[in-house]
Amino acid sequence: MMEFLNFYVVPGIVTGSIYALGAIGITLIFGILRFGHFAHGDLATSGAYLALGATALLGLTPWAALPVAMLLTALLAYGIHRLFYRHLESRPKILTVIASLGIGMMLRSVVQVVWGVDPLAYGSGIARAQAFGPLMLRPREIATLALTLALVATLLAFLRYSKWGKAMRAMSDNPDLARLCGVDNDGVTRLTWFIVGALAAASGFCLGINTELTTMMGWSAMLSMFAAAVLGGVGRVEGAVVGGLVIGLAEELSVLVVPSPYKSATAFVILLAILLLRPQGIFKGKVL
Amino acid sequence: MSATAARDRPQPILIMHQVRGGYGDADILQGVSLTVMPQEIVVIVGPNGAGKSTAMKAVFGLVRIRSGAIVFDGEDITGWSPDRIVRRGISYVPQVDNVFREMTVHENLEMGAFLAKGDLSAAFDRIYALFPDLKAKRHALAGDLSGGQRQMVAIGRALMLEPQLLLLDEPTAGLSPKYMQQIFQICRDVRDSGVSILLVEQHAKQALAFCDRGYVLATGANRHEGSGRELLENPEIAQMFLGG
Amino acid sequence: MASIGLINYATFMGTMIGIYGVLALGLNIQWGVTGLFNAGIAGFFAVGAYLSALITASPSPERIMGWELPVAVGWLGAMAGAALIAWPIGRICLRFRSDYLAIATIGVAEVIRLVLRTEEGLSGGARGITGVPRPFGGLEYSLSQFAYFALVIAVLLVVYWALERQLAAPWGRMMKAIRDNEQAAAAMGKNVEKRRLEAFVLGAAVMGLAGALYVHFMRAITPEAIDPMIATFLVWIMLILGGSGNNRGAILGAIIVWIIWSMSEFITDQLPAEIATQAKYIRVFLIGLMLQLILRFRPEGLLPEESGQRTSPHLPPSR
Repeated sequence: MMEFLNFYVVPGIVTGSIYALGAIGITLIFGILRFGHFAHGDLATSGAYLALGATALLGLTPWAALPVAMLLTALLAYGIHRLFYRHLESRPKILTVIASLGIGMMLRSVVQVVWGVDPLAYGSGIARAQAFGPLMLRPREIATLALTLALVATLLAFLRYSKWGKAMRAMSDNPDLARLCGVDNDGVTRLTWFIVGALAAASGFCLGINTELTTMMGWSAMLSMFAAAVLGGVGRVEGAVVGGLVIGLAEELSVLVVPSPYKSATAFVILLAILLLRPQGIFKGKVL
Repeated sequence: MSATAARDRPQPILIMHQVRGGYGDADILQGVSLTVMPQEIVVIVGPNGAGKSTAMKAVFGLVRIRSGAIVFDGEDITGWSPDRIVRRGISYVPQVDNVFREMTVHENLEMGAFLAKGDLSAAFDRIYALFPDLKAKRHALAGDLSGGQRQMVAIGRALMLEPQLLLLDEPTAGLSPKYMQQIFQICRDVRDSGVSILLVEQHAKQALAFCDRGYVLATGANRHEGSGRELLENPEIAQMFLGG
Repeated sequence: MASIGLINYATFMGTMIGIYGVLALGLNIQWGVTGLFNAGIAGFFAVGAYLSALITASPSPERIMGWELPVAVGWLGAMAGAALIAWPIGRICLRFRSDYLAIATIGVAEVIRLVLRTEEGLSGGARGITGVPRPFGGLEYSLSQFAYFALVIAVLLVVYWALERQLAAPWGRMMKAIRDNEQAAAAMGKNVEKRRLEAFVLGAAVMGLAGALYVHFMRAITPEAIDPMIATFLVWIMLILGGSGNNRGAILGAIIVWIIWSMSEFITDQLPAEIATQAKYIRVFLIGLMLQLILRFRPEGLLPEESGQRTSPHLPPSR
């Protein structure tokens, strides 16, 4: 039982919170800007490597580099929107989807040129797990969970209580009516990209600190993040969190029934099942 | 006409003069003219495809206007963007999808005042006094309400910025007769609070019976106008659309 | 001597262009004509390649099949196999906007890659499948290369001709009407889903055929033979640059993009080793950028769809 908790459930929840941070971004873009953002995984990769760059250039500890990376990735996400996606706004959305697939490749290749393709790590310190009753948790795992909790709580409070948070929800809910109410479309779009970029960086950073940094890590995680967003319900932040945790746990537990190389196929199977059985997801999101 | 006489006569709040326009290349509106006086309920009726909703959307800047003019409160607003028109004092309630379904009643009203700065509590009190039903349901999601209540949310949202003119696009579509009468009563209350109303109605007979004045459009142009009673009594109109 | 090397190189290029041309035609059925976003082209290509190889190669104790059947059977098997994988994916995803199809096809390509890397009994493991027969393979090298090139071009022309015929038929006109007019499409209801599924499956079968053409050309295949994302992406750029919806545009795009892509490799091969590895990623960056520029400045491509064929001036539909 202890073994089950510590070898499957704990890693599943940690992976799940990483997916959740990525899936929130995907669900916000899908819900508010109305397209599937296929550069999202690579945006997370960029954030992770920007944090690595900040540790090297500014001499920061990894966790101190995280806010810097979140800010830079937020700017990067907005810059990509301004340079590449904005011209496509008045055209069919699927063109932006195609463009984002190319942006993902571009981001990945920049990381590969700057940092190389060999795996890297934030630090060489060996973190020992501490016992909490029967649970064994490493400090970085606790930090990942705490960070996810803090970011999700902040975001939910922002969306629920602030004027601009409500404007984002209104755009997601009924864009025409939001415009009739005088909501500034460009302002909401800008804000969305900032939030999404910062969360993607946090997601990539946590992925890097709990495993290692590879240039393909974001791309590989993207399928799981998309599955989490659809499972939770497109446009639903709380759904993306639940979906992320479910996908993370399912992947870790899948090794009990299928050979471990197929772990990363779990998300795909869940995605197809949810599209087949309940495309609106657990929390009744949008179906585009 | 002397200047004094002009000043004594109340000025129309809205004048639409010979407006032609539409969405694509074809003009749906072939020259529509109408006026709305302060504190007046004016209804536009007409057969399907007459351009009723298009005429209303033209006022709100949602239609490409090729020629003609729209004057609101003495200012030419032809070609203005909808958000500028909102700020100027006109609110518009679309026929469908006119609430934020995943937001609460209270948040819907709040979105109506998105452009306002400062304390909104007076505005909320005013709307909840007008719609006591909504006050009880203010924490419910708008998507979970009945059709009539949703219509109230939509109208309430449009009234948050204290507009001088309210545009309603078929507010009773799909509602039961009981709710229809309730919406009409709300319109009278709103008018009596000092707001002019221009509405498009499919239920011509009931709408003409309750409005102050009406316009009958056909194929994108004015066909008849007059008080609601006059229009109802016109046999030609009765035959045209009133199930004659 | 040099001229023979040049001719061999040109033949190789021509064959690869032919194979990519078939892929671009397959994508044109899905995207250009129907507006479906397939981001897993490499997956269908790989299925075709492996199936045709397993059907035609000689048996080996390390893996299954190896039936030594005629190459034509391998090709049919490749098309059927790719179509069979496309069918359930299409059934599930085509009810929704193409964003969902895109993520599902990325997933399919990923799962196919996982299976090939894991199931050594299927793929021959890291050594891959070798000794795949090639039509005209018994001829002298240059001649054999050239004969296969001619065969690939013949297949390309047959696929082109078949698709043109299909597009001129009521089926093709209906597909374009569905793509260009959402309301008409919605009014046709279930029928639309069926038509879209046909287009998706047909396109996948053509991609499977391209995989078969490739494996018999190379005479061997390993799971690492092609980078799935780059291959998928090249085909997309070929079609969009050439002209979505236009079969001739698809082929023109394949010619131009493949020449640019291999010329850029030719240049980076001349670089010193330490920069050369990075240059590969710069090339990838540049094709990504090329896509952005085409989408912005020439979205209709070099050979736009003939205006008579298009029922509205817009690109494929938004949902």
